[in-house]
Amino acid sequence: MPDLSVTIAGVPFKNPVIAASGTFGFGREYAQLFPLSTLGGIALKGLTLEPREGNPPPRCIETPQGMLNCVGLQNPGVTAFLRDDLPWLRTQGTVLICNIAGSTREDYCRMAELLSEAPVDMLELNISCPNVREGGMAFGTSCESVGAVTRAVRRRCKKPLIVKLSPNVGDIASIAEAAESAGADALSLINTLTGMRIDLRTRRPMLSNNTGGLSGPAVLPVAIRMVWQAAARVKIPVIGIGGISRWQDAVEMLLAGASAVQVGTATFSDPFAMQKIIAGIESYMSENNIQNIFEITGSVKPYESI
Amino acid sequence: MEFGRFPVLLRRELAKGVIELWITCPNAVNAAPGQFVGILCEGMPLRRPLSICRTDERNHAFCVVFEVRGAGTQWLAARGKGELLDVLGPLGSGFDLSGCESKSAVFVGGGIGAPPLLAAAQRFGSRADVLLGFRTAASVILLRDFAGTGAHVFIATDDGSAGHRGLVTELLGARLDRAPCDIVYACGPKPMLSAAAEIAAAHGVRCQVSLEERMACGVGACLCCASKIRDASGGEHYRHVCKDGPVFEADQVVF
Ligand SMILES: Cc1cc2nc3c(=O)[nH]c(=O)nc-3n(C[C@H](O)[C@H](O)[C@H](O)COP(=O)(O)OP(=O)(O)OC[C@H]3O[C@@H](n4cnc5c(N)ncnc54)[C@H](O)[C@@H]3O)c2cc1C
Ligand SMILES: Cc1cc2nc3c(=O)[nH]c(=O)nc-3n(C[C@H](O)[C@H](O)[C@H](O)COP(=O)(O)O)c2cc1C
Ligand code: FES
Repeated sequence: MPDLSVTIAGVPFKNPVIAASGTFGFGREYAQLFPLSTLGGIALKGLTLEPREGNPPPRCIETPQGMLNCVGLQNPGVTAFLRDDLPWLRTQGTVLICNIAGSTREDYCRMAELLSEAPVDMLELNISCPNVREGGMAFGTSCESVGAVTRAVRRRCKKPLIVKLSPNVGDIASIAEAAESAGADALSLINTLTGMRIDLRTRRPMLSNNTGGLSGPAVLPVAIRMVWQAAARVKIPVIGIGGISRWQDAVEMLLAGASAVQVGTATFSDPFAMQKIIAGIESYMSENNIQNIFEITGSVKPYESI
Repeated sequence: MEFGRFPVLLRRELAKGVIELWITCPNAVNAAPGQFVGILCEGMPLRRPLSICRTDERNHAFCVVFEVRGAGTQWLAARGKGELLDVLGPLGSGFDLSGCESKSAVFVGGGIGAPPLLAAAQRFGSRADVLLGFRTAASVILLRDFAGTGAHVFIATDDGSAGHRGLVTELLGARLDRAPCDIVYACGPKPMLSAAAEIAAAHGVRCQVSLEERMACGVGACLCCASKIRDASGGEHYRHVCKDGPVFEADQVVF
């Protein structure tokens, strides 16, 4: 029997498949279809200090092998989450990762302080949301700002800290390095790629925010490349996200250097996508006589570049 | 809510580009009128939301009636008997039909907004008036089916080729001027819903509307299908059509 468990920043996961933030809510909906304890973990919907209404509709549109969204971080705020959702989530038997966003550096720090006292397992710093006017991605696109916000939060956060990186940057490896040297315990990437579609008939953008974030199978190659580049530069574990819909995609992500994966948009097509991915990884390991996930992580054999 | 692959039992073209598809699916037989399903179309990542038009307990089947609009509905329209469809549902919450054994109702359907009303109208029998609007006589659908529920059915067409010439909401205004009813149920394009809501409110009649919004998950997890809804204290908040709806109280919808 292969061992699917992984440990990231000291937190044990029973398997390396985690639901991606914003695609799984606070878990209640999909809990009607399968026990959440079958998942390695859940990255919960992005939280902010105060409740947020999010953007007007339309908030999503399908694209070739993917989708754009501009939800804009609609959430009930951290206080309501702690009161209404966390107690139930805690009983579900899976690792809980709180994804946090803010419009100022101080917002991120306050959130980290509040959640440090709560029974959550890890924090994921969302400095990569392309759909909010203030904050979000603005923190995630230069080494200086990534370093500054990570350092500030690290000082006031008692939980293991994942920094979630934006793909909308030129040099992902340097950004990864900046987060690591500022004290990140792990990295996750990628968030969505900014994109746009226009309706030919009305000449209106198809999203209310004009632009949105691209996710789904279409982004897999970009995500694999970025995880490969980032993982090669840092020593902390990397969680690979972006376009994973089959177990083969997940194994590819591990080969590129990920220690675990997150799955988002694939759940919309197939609510059981994560279950199938977990089962697929397990049989792949059995067939190839692999005992532990870490034997796969980073074992891509790249060509010598010239 | 269940999920699986279920076979097509019957496919029929009701009017040009309007398809009725019966799907054998034991779990959907207990669907409440107004609920919908998410159907996966080959090669497309997002499920197409389609309302359940009616269910058939004997054959353990339900049917959707849809208009071919884009790639998804085009693919779906080409499915035939025996082919398996990937279905998630029933989803959302349907119409409030409490008191349907004694109350009177008026149903207002615009075009492809007619099918989602059929199962609800059935519950009211002859205590229902059904007002349906279409572009032209050739696009009229489900006329016999609505009549078969015992309801009194009235048609409006844009060009006057069948029934009243004009808007279906004109029929609603005239109907409510003539006599009161307990509740109005409406499904169709947004402008029609907003007009129906206004007319019902002016007559002091409760009205429920079924809304559409672009969806990704269909279950309430992704928050993509937002629609602005007024709460009891007058505050306006985004609620989600797939989970909190698709049916809402008309006077709470911010049109
Ligand atoms: C709750 C609900 C119930 C519905 N019931 C019916 C029904 O019974 N019969 C029927 O004909 N239509 C119904 N619709 C509309 C139907 O979902 C769309 O016509 C269909 O998704 C179009 O898909 P497409 O690939 O053919 O078009 P495309 O325009 O190519 O679709 C592109 C994307 O936009 C989405 N989309 C396009 N139009 C709509 C729309 N009006 N509402 C929501 N999403 C849309 C699609 O799902 C897809 O993700 C319903 C919509 C909702 C939200
Ligand atoms: C509808 C939607 C909402 C999202 N919300 C968040 C969010 O709140 N916080 C966040 O860090 N990422 C959010 N994301 C990004 C995902 O977590 C993930 O990084 C991205 O979708 C790529 O993975 P995928 O291709 O598997 O979906 C969201 C994505 C989608 C599609
Ligand atoms: S479609 Fe995901 S919340 Fe409604």
